[in-house]
Amino acid sequence: MIEGSPITVANETLAIIETRKLVYTYSGAKKAALKGVSVTIESGEIVILTGPSGCGKTTLCRCFNGLIPHFYGGKIEGEVVVAGHKVVDQTIYELARHVGLVFQNPENQLFALSVEKDVAFGLENLAVPRDEMIKRVDWALQMTGIEDLSERPPHELSGGQQQRVAIACVLAMQPDVMILDEPTSFLDPVGAQKIFEVINELNKELGITIILVEHRLDLASKYADHVVVMDEGKVVLDGEPRGVFNSEKARLIGVGVPKATRLYQILRENGTHLSGVPVTSEEASKLLLEVLKRD
Amino acid sequence: MIEVRDLHFTYPTGVEALRGINLTVRDGEFLAIMGQNGAGKTTLVKHFNGLLKPTAGEVVIDGVSTRDASVAQIARNVGFVFQNPDHQLFCETVEEEVAFALRNFGFKETAIKNRVDWALNLLDIKRYRETSPFMLSGGERKRVALASVLAWDPKVVILDEPTIGQDHRQKEKLRQFIVQLNAQKKTVIVVTHDVEFVAESNPQVMLMSGGEIVAEGDAREILTDQKLVAQASIVSPEITQILSGLPDLGIQKNVIDVHEATSILLDLLEVAS
Repeated sequence: MIEGSPITVANETLAIIETRKLVYTYSGAKKAALKGVSVTIESGEIVILTGPSGCGKTTLCRCFNGLIPHFYGGKIEGEVVVAGHKVVDQTIYELARHVGLVFQNPENQLFALSVEKDVAFGLENLAVPRDEMIKRVDWALQMTGIEDLSERPPHELSGGQQQRVAIACVLAMQPDVMILDEPTSFLDPVGAQKIFEVINELNKELGITIILVEHRLDLASKYADHVVVMDEGKVVLDGEPRGVFNSEKARLIGVGVPKATRLYQILRENGTHLSGVPVTSEEASKLLLEVLKRD
Repeated sequence: MIEVRDLHFTYPTGVEALRGINLTVRDGEFLAIMGQNGAGKTTLVKHFNGLLKPTAGEVVIDGVSTRDASVAQIARNVGFVFQNPDHQLFCETVEEEVAFALRNFGFKETAIKNRVDWALNLLDIKRYRETSPFMLSGGERKRVALASVLAWDPKVVILDEPTIGQDHRQKEKLRQFIVQLNAQKKTVIVVTHDVEFVAESNPQVMLMSGGEIVAEGDAREILTDQKLVAQASIVSPEITQILSGLPDLGIQKNVIDVHEATSILLDLLEVAS
């Protein structure tokens, strides 16, 4: 890990983000977008944040990086604490050091004439000294596996390459937490798997807390430590993946649970019990083999 | 019917995106085009409504070459829903957006009103009638784009990555809707990376790689072929992966559907016990 490592655990507990009874209403809106959200994200976790369109996922993420209330205004009640600081007392620019956001569509994030300049942009805004900036840009390009693209114009790259550039831009800021909004939706499955592997490495090697906003749980589930499901502005399920995916509520809300878990459920309805709840296809194969051998 | 004969296309930058495509899409067919990013999928379907014209070879729609028809003429029969809705939407309200093409095609005002109502209902966006499309979420904008195409009831509907940004429930609704369109004898062509979506919809599947067609067949045949799947940078459906992770138990493994898989497994357990 290089100097100025991103991990600064601010208090005794390992919570890096904590909200308490968070209620938020966009300015001009009649109804609250968040209706009492209390959620704790621990340092070093990979969290999947999911739920139907319009459930408040994006709004909650905007609270994590201070865009709410500093940019969007509106009415906020309750508390959001990021790395030990209350978000309302911080500026967006201070929060950007702690929480980085990678957009769903990299086209909306990349604008410079070269990959290197795009990755350096956030650091320029923070007035990072030149030597340090070069070091950090090189490091971010290396971590995301795109050193060879540094001189290329981002708009000429493939979707998967652009997605890596977008991640590198945020990584260069060395945040404690990275929020990625459907980071693979434009990629083919093999490209998507590679991006999830990059994300997983950033988490395991650097301890960066990852919040994945996802609908497609088939590819992402195996990396998650924690799943939060929202519906109509509230957190309705919050826990480890197996418990969440296997709950009746997840099915009722219409969370797209992995097929491995679905197979487990249908077998159980038909009187065959596997010894655990599978989330990935490898786990399902293993558990199936147990019952097949037993007989 | 869409007939593609030895189609080549080279972008002005010199990138050779299509290298000799031969394909027939019959009326009423449901076809999914899959393959890695940059394989030429979108370039190919842009030829189906005349947005792109062949560098060499020919695309013939109902007997007329796309070289001899304007995009507007072709669009009456072939509707195209773009991957990124922002490339398609430009009106101030959702209602105007959906009515726009209808006005261009010369529909009467009463017909326009009925069709707009129908399409907004269908895609569950009626409440956004007066809203600017740009105030909506990505998934909602995608549905506005879809509504604006379905409103004029084209014979062929092309959807480029329709499931991006859609939650599970919307995706399931969209899937049922596409299957229903197809049951009404519409030709539906979907470009997608979403393997689970294809496994559940069971269309004909065409795989592309490097500007060429590498395989064509039904969804089960193509998606359970490990070699083909790897060649096209996609993965097998989860169910296929689960079954192929089991040793040889003498069971059928080319399965893509969760219910079929469970009945195979339950049979196996019954025989064993």
